[in-house]
Parts: sequence; C-alpha cells; structure tokens
Amino acid sequence: MLALKLAYKNILGAGLRTLLNVSVLSLAFVLIVFYNAMIDGWNRQGKIDTQEWEIGEGQFWHPDYNKFDIYSYREANQEIDANVQQLIDQNEVLPVLIQQATIYPQGRMQSIVLRGIPADQQLLKLPTKGLNMQEGICPAIIGKRMAKSTKLKTNDKVLLRWRDINGTYDAIELRIDTIFKCDVADVDNGQIYIDYHVMQKLMGMKNCATLLVSSNSELKDLDGWNYRSTDVLLKDLNDLTNSEKISGMVIQSILLMIALLAIFDTQVLSIFRRKREIGTYIALGLTRKQVVGIFTVEGGFHSILAAIVGAIYGIPLFIWINQTGLSIGEADMGITVAEVIYPFYSLQLILISIVLVVLSSTIVSYIPAHKIVKMKPTDALKGK
Amino acid sequence: MNNVVIDLKRLTKHFPVGNGKFTALSDINLSFSKGEFAGLVGPSGSGKTTLLNIIGSLDVPSEGSANVLGKSIAGLSQKQAAQLRNYHIGFIFQTYNLLPVYTVYENVEFALLLQNMTEGERRKAVMQALEWVGLTDKEKSKPSMLSGGECQRVAIARSMVKQPDIVLADEPTANLDSKNSHHILQTMQRLNEELGVTFIFSTHDEKVMQYLKRKISLADGRVVNDETVELIANR
Ligand SMILES: Nc1ncnc2c1ncn2[C@@H]1O[C@H](COP(=O)(O)OP(=O)(O)OP(=O)(O)O)[C@@H](O)[C@H]1O
Ligand SMILES: [Mg+2]
Repeated sequence: MLALKLAYKNILGAGLRTLLNVSVLSLAFVLIVFYNAMIDGWNRQGKIDTQEWEIGEGQFWHPDYNKFDIYSYREANQEIDANVQQLIDQNEVLPVLIQQATIYPQGRMQSIVLRGIPADQQLLKLPTKGLNMQEGICPAIIGKRMAKSTKLKTNDKVLLRWRDINGTYDAIELRIDTIFKCDVADVDNGQIYIDYHVMQKLMGMKNCATLLVSSNSELKDLDGWNYRSTDVLLKDLNDLTNSEKISGMVIQSILLMIALLAIFDTQVLSIFRRKREIGTYIALGLTRKQVVGIFTVEGGFHSILAAIVGAIYGIPLFIWINQTGLSIGEADMGITVAEVIYPFYSLQLILISIVLVVLSSTIVSYIPAHKIVKMKPTDALKGK
Repeated sequence: MNNVVIDLKRLTKHFPVGNGKFTALSDINLSFSKGEFAGLVGPSGSGKTTLLNIIGSLDVPSEGSANVLGKSIAGLSQKQAAQLRNYHIGFIFQTYNLLPVYTVYENVEFALLLQNMTEGERRKAVMQALEWVGLTDKEKSKPSMLSGGECQRVAIARSMVKQPDIVLADEPTANLDSKNSHHILQTMQRLNEELGVTFIFSTHDEKVMQYLKRKISLADGRVVNDETVELIANR
C-alpha cells in the first residue's frame, strides 16, 4: 500500500518521461487487445457463417470422399438406406450429392464442382428455394465470387456438361436463378448448386448422396458414413486465424519491447539518480528488500497507468469500431473472411493482455531495482 | 553508567582501498548515556560520519564492538537493523534528504507508516512533531517550496516523530546560515531537555559547538579529546 502510494507520487512527479512510457505502453496494450479482438471476431463470424452455410452441426462423409481431391468425388457416393432416409425426413440430416462437372460461360471451359441439394431444405442458409423447377430450364444458384470469376449474372444461361454414372457425357443448359452473398469461401468458389433430385437424375445416381449435413450435434455415428465434427471441419479456419494471431504477435512484441525498454531505461536512470533517496529509505527503517519493492512497484505502476490511459482512449475507439465494423474490403482471397469484421472482446482476452503487460513491466522494473540489494546504505546516502 | 545507550569498545573500521585497506576509525572507546547532547568534532576525513553510520546500524565495525540500546550492531540481521532504525534511531543529514514528491506532512509521517499505528495516532504524532519545530502551517507544502532552514526543521520533525532514543545528526547546520543554525540548535536543545532524547552530532561548525554539553574530538580516526563542557550561556 505504501509502495503503491509512493509509486503513484513518484511516477507522476517524473512528468514527461512517465507520459512517454505510459503512452507507448498503452499503445502496445490497445494494439494487442484490438488486434486479437479482430482475429477473434473474424474467427467467430467465420465459424458461425461456416456452420450456417456449410457444415451445420457436423457432417457425415462417404468413406471415399476427400474434399481436396476432386477426382475422389466420382466414386464417393452411396445409396441412402432406410435409416438415413428417416433422419432426412425428420430434418436431422441433409443429403448433398457432389460431382465434378464443366461449364461453358461465354464459350470458355471451366471446371466446377456441382452440388445437388434439396430445394426445400432449411438447414443451411443457401437460398435453395430458387432451385425449384419452374420453366423448362434447370435453375442453379451460385455465390458472388463464383459469379465474378465466371462473369455470370442473374438469369444468364450457361451450358453444363458432365459424365454420368456410366461415363457417358451429357449436357444441359442451366439458368442462374440467384447469386447469393456468402463469406465462406468453400461454399462459393467454384461451386454450382442445383436441386438434389434433379442432379440424381442427371447423374443417374438414384437416391445417392456424397455427404450428409447434420443438424443434431448429438448424432455422431451413422453406419457406412464417416463422422466429421465441427471441430474437425473448422480446423482450417482455426489454423488460419491462429497463424494470423502469431504473425500479429511479432509487431505487438516489438511495440511491447520498445515500451518495456523505455521503462527499463527509466528504472536504471532513476536508481542511479536517486541513490540518496534509497539511502534515506534505509535510514528511515526500510530493509533493502523493501526498497527494491518500492522501485519495482513504481516501474510496474507504469503498466497500471497504461491500462487506465489505454482504456480512456481505447474503449470509445473500440465501441465506435464495434458499431461500424471494420471493412477490410472485398477480399477475394480463398479464405473465409467477412467483408466487415466486428472485433470480439472477450473478458479472457482483456485479462490476459492486462496480466501480460503488468507482469512484463513489473519484471523489467525488478531487474534494475534488484541491484539495490547489493548497495551499501552508507554509499547510497553519499549518492555514490 | 547504568543509563548507557551506546557503548563502543575498541571499535575499528577499515575500508578496502585498492589492494590494501584504509583505517577510518581505530580503537574507539566511547559510551553515551541517555539524554546526552554530544558532538563529534574534527577535521574533514577524521571519521565522524563513519562513526555515526556504525552507531546508526548503517554500517558494521571491522573490529571491536558497538552496542546500541543493548544490541550488538555487528550481530543484527538486515531486518533487525531496519527495525532498530525505524523505532529507535532518528537521522538528520546535512542535505536534509526529504522525499521531494511528498508534502511536509507525508515526509514526517513516512517513518510511522512502517509502524503499527492507526491513521489517527499518526496524525496526532505528526502534528505534534511539526509543532515542536514550528511548522504546523506548512504541513501541505512540498519540500521544494521551503527554505533550507525549514527543510532541516522538517527533517528534525521526521527524526523526532517516532520519539526515538537516539538522534544522529551529521553536520545538520552545514548548509544553513547562522540565524537558521541557531534556530535549529535551539529546537534540538529543547527537545533534548524536554524529551530526554540522546543527540549526537558531527560538526566542524563553531556555532554548533557552543551548544554541546560534550565535545569529542576526532583526528585520523582516533579520539584525541573527550570533554564535558560547562554550558556557556547562549551569548
Ligand atoms: N566507503 C568508503 N570507502 C573508502 N574510504 C572511505 C569510505 N567511507 C569513508 N572513507 C574514508 O574514511 C575517512 C573518514 O571518512 P568520514 O566520511 O567518516 O569523514 P568525516 O569526518 O565525516 O569527514 P567530513 O567532515 O568531510 O564529512 C575518509 O578519509 C574517507 O575517505
Ligand atoms: Mg562526514
């Protein structure tokens, strides 16, 4: 308590130097919180979007299905048995049929992934209503990125060509019914959606599915299907955000190091200049260890001021950004990222940041202060 | 001899200098009784400060013994030495050594913060000490706003507030003009008489010497003269 009061007075007495230390440290503090909140916000939005648009509460894959190997798609489907059919009827799972195919937008040839999904499904956010056959031409829906890369617009017609189950080539014309906006890259890039039953007919794969999207997180076992939990399916997103966090750490640690160096420097100087004061404390009855404590608390106190100062300008800034969101532009990267990210500030993040900043500045304050233990009180009093 | 507060026997102090050693004090035999108003006088480098530091448990003897309030200085742990200083010994320095960020009140209060006292008890003691030195009206000032004489009076209040047994004053008037010096000395003399606190000075200031009841002369680390003075009335 005494040390805190003394630290408070001493540190405010130091004026400009304190201001400098505190500003740099608070900047590091705010940046750490903000950057990580951005990534957490991205991850959270990405998770929610991915679940809503693609994976639900998990998926069941045909044992041969490999998301990253389009050549595996051909064989990776199987007939739905009575048990699974019952689950489909109860809306517990949603069947999806996946095959490789080719489209010819404006005469160019483009390889795509064709997905058959029931037009009346409600499990995923995909606007599959548009897949209901109205006129003669088969409707399809695509995402924004796909529309951009193929230059297709709503109501455009495009030729679709595929090989059916017997290896025979066949083709029909598709009409782009809806172009949806979805931040999940895998739902959009290179994907064309048509009705599940239409696709079965086209492919000659009667009552077959490649995977089942589950709406029930309790359901983990289906005969003949391999369960993929949301954790497994979201691993890529988590890995990506984690690696972004780590690369952000470089800049954050540099800034933090600068701030810590400034505190370290202040401590060294202040112990050098305040020898007589140190001697006085000892003469007044403090042990040298207590004096070390006073100086350590004083240095560490920078971080408490930094947290307060950071809160003073950080909180309004954070609130403002959280209202507007942070637009990162239309990133056409092959990653799942929203156009506008809303940072997510968890209590955990803020507590960890505070502990990190306070602990590190206390440690760098202790290192020079520790030398006081070796000081002779009589020398200190002489200012030597 | 039953009221002895400080007892030094064959006290010697060496300092390492280069490869050899420098003897700052040699074979000092002195004892001080409760309530003395004594001074160490002698030329610069004669060992006055060194001796006060040992009595104040800021340093230890190289040889011989120093007993202060029944405790052997050499045998004290850091913590015990700190306790001894905190409760029983007050220091006054030539350079005042006030804490610049604290007010007068807080400077005086500081030593009491280490003791088990309530806020109210502390307040009473601090105001009393400020009254002794005539500075009650300056309790909220910072040391930078005070004159040298006032600073030294604050330092006296700080050393006296805990009602110590011994006050060690190392050249307390060296930075003061004669008017302030007299004022300071009269204050200390009064406190010595009223409270029975033992004062030991180091000085080569003539003004101080006329107040001393006992004058111990040091030269080259040895006691060359130890006389009890018949008090010459102040002027
Ligand atoms: N830490 C030390 N290391 C080496 N020599 C020291 C040390 N402290 C004091 N001395 C020496 O011991 C001698 C006595 O010093 P001391 O400070 O006690 O003198 P003093 O009588 O107080 O002098 P002054 O009147 O100038 O204050 C001096 O010669 C000084 O150089
Ligand atoms: Mg001296």
